[in-house]
Amino acid sequence: MAEMYYWEAIRRAHDEELANDINVIVMGEDVGVVGGTYKATLGLYQKYGENRVIDTPISENSFCGIGIGASMAGLRPIVEIMSINFALLALDTLINAAAKIRYMSGGRVSCPMVMRTPGGTAHQLAAQHSARLARLFMSTSGLRVVTPRSPLDAYGMLKSAVRCNDPVIFIEHERMYNMREEVPDKEFFRPLEGAEVVRRGTDITLIGYNLSLQLCLEAAKRLEKDGVSAEVIDLRSLKPLDRETIRRSVEKTHRVLVAEEDEASVGVGSEIITTVIEECFFALDAQPMRIHAADVPVPYAENLEKAAIPDADDVYRGALSMLGRA
Amino acid sequence: MNAADQKRLLREMTFFRRFEERAFEAYMEHKIGGFLHLYIGQEAVATGVLEMARRGHDYVITGYRDHVHAMKAGAPPREVMAELYGKETGSSRGRGGSMHIFDPNAKFMGGYALVGEPFPLAAGLALACKYKKTDQIAICFLGDGANNQGTFHETMNMASLWKLPVLFVCENNLYAIGTRIDRSTAVTDQYKRVCGYNIPSSQHDGQDIEIVMDSAKKAVDHVRSGKGPYFIEYLTYRLRGHSMSDKTAAYRTKEEEQQWQRRDPLKVYADKLKKAKVLTDDDIKEMEREIHEEIENEVIKFAENSPAPRVEELNKYVLDDNPDPRWIGPLQNTYQ
Repeated sequence: MAEMYYWEAIRRAHDEELANDINVIVMGEDVGVVGGTYKATLGLYQKYGENRVIDTPISENSFCGIGIGASMAGLRPIVEIMSINFALLALDTLINAAAKIRYMSGGRVSCPMVMRTPGGTAHQLAAQHSARLARLFMSTSGLRVVTPRSPLDAYGMLKSAVRCNDPVIFIEHERMYNMREEVPDKEFFRPLEGAEVVRRGTDITLIGYNLSLQLCLEAAKRLEKDGVSAEVIDLRSLKPLDRETIRRSVEKTHRVLVAEEDEASVGVGSEIITTVIEECFFALDAQPMRIHAADVPVPYAENLEKAAIPDADDVYRGALSMLGRA
Repeated sequence: MNAADQKRLLREMTFFRRFEERAFEAYMEHKIGGFLHLYIGQEAVATGVLEMARRGHDYVITGYRDHVHAMKAGAPPREVMAELYGKETGSSRGRGGSMHIFDPNAKFMGGYALVGEPFPLAAGLALACKYKKTDQIAICFLGDGANNQGTFHETMNMASLWKLPVLFVCENNLYAIGTRIDRSTAVTDQYKRVCGYNIPSSQHDGQDIEIVMDSAKKAVDHVRSGKGPYFIEYLTYRLRGHSMSDKTAAYRTKEEEQQWQRRDPLKVYADKLKKAKVLTDDDIKEMEREIHEEIENEVIKFAENSPAPRVEELNKYVLDDNPDPRWIGPLQNTYQ
């Protein structure tokens, strides 16, 4: 068991899956010679060669399409898009093709490919480098969307994503690449489906995913000092969504708060709260709450950026106000 | 080419024509829904190019005007018709319809509504062929209109850079729906547009199937030999409207249509074969009778008598229906 950075865990999963299956290839901008903008493929070009770790030109829609086409012919490509903002260019091949080919072929053709990309705000990268598009992919039938919260989950889920037969949108976060956690040395897999109760509690349910899950955990620690027992759920998979785990938790705590780094409208929080209303409306003792970004393009100035996106304090204060203790 | 092959090719093209005319009738009877884009007038291109490919071995992919490409690649006509009828026995089990015929047995990897989308998919299929060191190639058929999509340029660049075994077949029918090529495109000779990507290319008559075959053979050989992609342009004409509701009078003249009617690929080839005494008018009549019977008795009957998909199976095929729980889960929460 060794501590590993998030980027190292991702790199290790690549390495093992490339070694395990000759049909696995990696494609993307700077994934080869450079080893990835976030080091996710560091050294793999040197180890596996240019036919398996492929540097692409800046052509997101078409290199995603090439990955999809290759997957239709039996390869298992892991395609990296350098920033989720650039994934907007690839929505045609990801949403019109990858998500729909299995269905519109009546199950006769499948696209077992993974599109990995970091989403989220980092440090003053401004509006065109701070997108968080999880909600966009989450609303698309035919895709799996996963958001690993930590090195351990990132490693185990990427390995599962490569082996699964569906197109998987694998959303990382720029501010999580240097997060560290103990990861067992022995190979393991983490399933792509299922929300996880990462902290047990009885007074309120805090729900998050990738970075916003970390905000929930931090808020839960502070709430504990105030005598509040918060349960924290990591969604892990935004699509398909684990409704059962959400329902069970809310039936126990009777209060739910969803934290997301994205703007609120038509978002992850909207979906989760609707799910709660559909599943267990009468279990609620308080109005559900969303903690989310301001409805603005992400600004550059440090103070404005900070004001635009939620932090653990926002989650903490939101939870207290729901409990009537703010 | 021997006479038997010549007769067979004329019969195939005639079959495709009658198949689509019959689909048009079924559409008017509301037995076929959605859009129906007919390939009438362009049959020599798909028939001729794929005659030179290894059908069932080489990958084929195209846009939404896909019935004939699918059938020539090897998709059974009755399954294609059943797909148009939205039946469970259709090529795509009734989930795709006219624009989305798939038949992996024939290596026909789909028809796509987004005109630029098959470019990268074809290059991806070709990348897999090259990677696995098979002798397969990928053949991508698209119209001139698709060449104004970004994916055209992006894919030409990568296909050339990586020397992918992909043949791009441009069916230049002069119109992007209702916009004539010189009103939408700065360089109207499409084969010239790939020069900037260092891809060899050529332009040919698309109405004479033997010219199509001769030129396609060279292109297929080039691609299969490992020299990288080839781009081949055929000048052709869609004799019908873009889809069912398209009124061609708004954008093209009767004279132009009549001029191309005279170059109808069926007529061009029948005239050629009659002149060469390969067949007679009576032979053609007999062939037409056989085709009519085949379409009515085997194709239409099959489509009409097949069951619709079951509504209970609406959610099938969205994701892998039998996933491996090791990768998918669900995660076991030890919930209290």
